[in-house]
Amino acid sequence: MNIHAIRAIYRFEMARTWRTLLQSIASPVLSTSLYFVVFGSAIGSRMVAVDGISYGAFIVPGLIMLLLLTESISNASFGIFMPRYSGTLYEVLSAPVSVVEVLLGYVGAATTKSVILGLLVLATARLFVSFEIAHPLSMLMFLVLTAVSFSLFGFIIGIWADSFEKLQIIPMMVVMPLTFLGGTFYSISMLPPLWQTITLFNPVVYLISGFRWSFYGVADVSVAVSFAMTLVFLLVCLATVWWIFKTGYKLKN
Amino acid sequence: MQPIVSINNLDKVYDSGFCALSNINLDIQRGEIFALLGPNGAGKTTLISIICGIVNPGQGRVLVDGHDIVSDFRAARSLIGLVPQELFNEGFETVWSTVSFSRGLFGLAANPAHIEKVLRDLSLWDKRNTRIMELSGGMKRRVLIAKALSHEPRVLFLDEPTAGVDVELRREMWVMVRNLRDSGVTIILTTHYIEEAEEMADRIGVINRGEIILVEEKTALMKKLGKRQLRLQLQQPLALIPVELASFGLELDADGSELIYNFDTQKEHTGIADLLRKLDNHGIDFKDLQSSESSLEEIFVNLVKSNQEQNNPDRRKG
Repeated sequence: MNIHAIRAIYRFEMARTWRTLLQSIASPVLSTSLYFVVFGSAIGSRMVAVDGISYGAFIVPGLIMLLLLTESISNASFGIFMPRYSGTLYEVLSAPVSVVEVLLGYVGAATTKSVILGLLVLATARLFVSFEIAHPLSMLMFLVLTAVSFSLFGFIIGIWADSFEKLQIIPMMVVMPLTFLGGTFYSISMLPPLWQTITLFNPVVYLISGFRWSFYGVADVSVAVSFAMTLVFLLVCLATVWWIFKTGYKLKN
Repeated sequence: MQPIVSINNLDKVYDSGFCALSNINLDIQRGEIFALLGPNGAGKTTLISIICGIVNPGQGRVLVDGHDIVSDFRAARSLIGLVPQELFNEGFETVWSTVSFSRGLFGLAANPAHIEKVLRDLSLWDKRNTRIMELSGGMKRRVLIAKALSHEPRVLFLDEPTAGVDVELRREMWVMVRNLRDSGVTIILTTHYIEEAEEMADRIGVINRGEIILVEEKTALMKKLGKRQLRLQLQQPLALIPVELASFGLELDADGSELIYNFDTQKEHTGIADLLRKLDNHGIDFKDLQSSESSLEEIFVNLVKSNQEQNNPDRRKG
């Protein structure tokens, strides 16, 4: 294992975060906090409780998940896209590093950033709404697992994209709508039966449901199913990355 | 002695169907400076990129110090340093951090003393805390070299190392390359500047249309394919070359004032003494004479031209 290479890539990526602290950390924390102010404190106080949980507290897991998905994808896709765009990726490709080491460096750094952001938003949310975490270890597990999975997904997008526009298409046109429609702001039991069935095809439902369960012990779908679906997504991403490096897709041809 | 780089029957066809390399066989000896010459699109960069791991190889096999570049890629790549043709750099990084990053990437523990030496050797020490985006083009080129040297490679690939740099820096780089060679590093360079190859290389390889058409010691190549010429400026213009001088294969310029004699330096007798004697016998006086030899550039141009004439231009579409 080329530990020095993993450390070099990881430090390089994290240095970018610290260099752009306002954009990387402060901006997403601020924008998510605004959701808590508007939907939690202002509008939330006039809304009925969902599944016995105050509306302000109900949306906390969904909003953290929304941030986690978008930031994981953004960090990881940008991390690999920029060296491709600037041409500096030649150095990683010519270095004695394996796929695993490259992933540990790039995806590890993206995951770290996302988890830090998730925990910061969690702490910020506590300033606006009152909530308890019923299963803290499960919460942490879902947080990390989701951050890893979507960082991998972002890494794939960063390799697939050959323009800044393409880099934004999947997060903005697919992930964001799926997250909004995946139960961030409502329980899927509030939907008509047909829409409940359709919603079950949205993979983000399982992430938010499992994450919310770790907070309040209530979920739209079984927590075991949520966990399994997250693992399946992780494995699909891993297989895709392995195929990319094996064939050299968009990297070596 | 085992060559440091050994390429056997290497092919490369890109996904587009373009055949970039065809049946390349080439050995690079330890400690030499090998110049790979070829026109644009000849396959130089593809060949280097395959050896370094940037492009997937097609058929064939490449060994670096006995290590297969695919099955034993870690050992092979750790021996290689690459200075790419383009000025690829992370603009926001400082010189020190980007060079240190390269060392770590190649699996070596931090060694500030070595990084300092590399930066000092390349006159970059004063710029170590400067962001790369603030450097001049020549300085950025030096940073790329520093990155390639940060992990102490045994084989250094220089892809057009002096493209776009001023004459002074080019001369400095030549000195640096020679010093590296003297320290035991094998240098493989591609260049458009034939003068550069002529100045530095021990051996020359010429690649055209994805095929190696010649590999030769530089001095032997220039002896074998180079022509020497003697030009005699006559006192009185000639209308015709006397029949008795036909065996010399002389040429007369358009206004008859200059005689041109091509001779072979490899022959024991160049025939110059005979020619001058016979000219004297025929009362042909000359006021000046000049001797010249063809440059590597002329040899290269002739080689590529004759290779292109031999091949069907459509042959390379796979």
